Amino acid sequence: MIRTIDSKLIRDTVKDLFIKANTSLRPDILFGLKLARKNETGAKTGYVLDIIIKNAAIAKKKMLPICQDTGMAVVYLKIGQSLIVKGSLKKAVNEGVGLAYKKGYFRSSIVNDPLIRENTNTNLPSIIYTDIVPGNKINIKVCAKGFGCENASKTRMFRPTDPVSEIERFIVDSVKEAGSRPCPPVYIGIGIGGTLDKAVALSKEAIFRPLGKTSKDRHIAKLEKSVLKKVNNLRIGPIGVGGNVTALGVSVLTYPTHIAGLPVAINISCHATRTAEATI
Amino acid sequence: MRKIFLPLTKEIMKTLKLGEQVLLNGPVLTGRDAAHKRLADSLKSGRKIPILLKGETIYYTGPAPKRIGEVIGSCGPTTSSRMDPFTPLLLKHGLIGMIGKGERSKEVILAIKKYKAVYFITIGGAGAYLSEKVKSAEVIAYKDLGPEAIYRLTVQDFPAIVEAL
Repeated sequence: MIRTIDSKLIRDTVKDLFIKANTSLRPDILFGLKLARKNETGAKTGYVLDIIIKNAAIAKKKMLPICQDTGMAVVYLKIGQSLIVKGSLKKAVNEGVGLAYKKGYFRSSIVNDPLIRENTNTNLPSIIYTDIVPGNKINIKVCAKGFGCENASKTRMFRPTDPVSEIERFIVDSVKEAGSRPCPPVYIGIGIGGTLDKAVALSKEAIFRPLGKTSKDRHIAKLEKSVLKKVNNLRIGPIGVGGNVTALGVSVLTYPTHIAGLPVAINISCHATRTAEATI
Repeated sequence: MRKIFLPLTKEIMKTLKLGEQVLLNGPVLTGRDAAHKRLADSLKSGRKIPILLKGETIYYTGPAPKRIGEVIGSCGPTTSSRMDPFTPLLLKHGLIGMIGKGERSKEVILAIKKYKAVYFITIGGAGAYLSEKVKSAEVIAYKDLGPEAIYRLTVQDFPAIVEAL
């Protein structure tokens, strides 16, 4: 059945989601950090984790951003094909982002041109991905992606005949090379398959999956588990002070790919992984 | 945990140990990518810079805007290695302390030794917590850079770990 909604509803939802994502740490991530704290015996590592956990509480209580890098706003829209949006959908999303960053006292981190680099002072524009799905609803996922960890992203086009162990090594080496720069303990999103851009998109979508859940595909769940173990054996630890936890989790998403290729993308997300989601 | 009072002096520097957890107290400057590039461009071409680097400590941060009644918004560290290309020059001009997050380049580690400076790390991603350790904040240069402007901060019991000496 055809349903009509006003674009203002989308604007307000996007605004609320970004305020929530930036000030209230995801419960699954907070749980992961508390679990890591419980399993940590090192005094320095424990001290750092205590501050990270305390930070989340302060941010929530005072409605402060968890991290001053409130990120570039990435918005994923799954639009039901029977939904009609009155007004401009794109404008509504950008207005929602602009309102959230202004009302939330979030940092404007976007420059108008990647080479000229003048701050837009609005944190706009955002990045919008759309997908058409059955139904008459709209699912909105938002991600405030900080660049300390975004800068640790990697992609590689593997040979289709390369063994899985090569992919594992690539991921572990990338985390090792990133060191403490992406604010460990991190949540590692991996995209495998599709084209170069599809693999990268998957790697970012992967971090929306609640921590602790595994892939439905048994061979992928096995890969996630193996990578997590190897990454934690690096002992980089929270902010690089060493310890048992370098990553809180690994989430792998896959897509069919070409007979000649095997794209792999890594998207490292910091311990302040900020995403939120709503369906209207 | 030992309290360190800024500005850093030769006497204080002698007492610092690698890996030591300390609490910093006193004045620091802020500066990140755009400010570093501007400072370095000016120094290289012999132009005056709007701050005195001698004996200073720079905290690599770009704070979030403050709410009415607050001193500063969230203000955790940014990735220090992006400042690496400019750091040896700033050390040469008297900079003595740096606060940030993550590893530094070999060149910077050597320059830190050469100029008897110190690099502290603090807790990345703990911007809300760290904002409570800032007692005053004022933009003192490059205001046009917005969050990348140079601020003068006064910090109290600001947690840091000695990462390089």
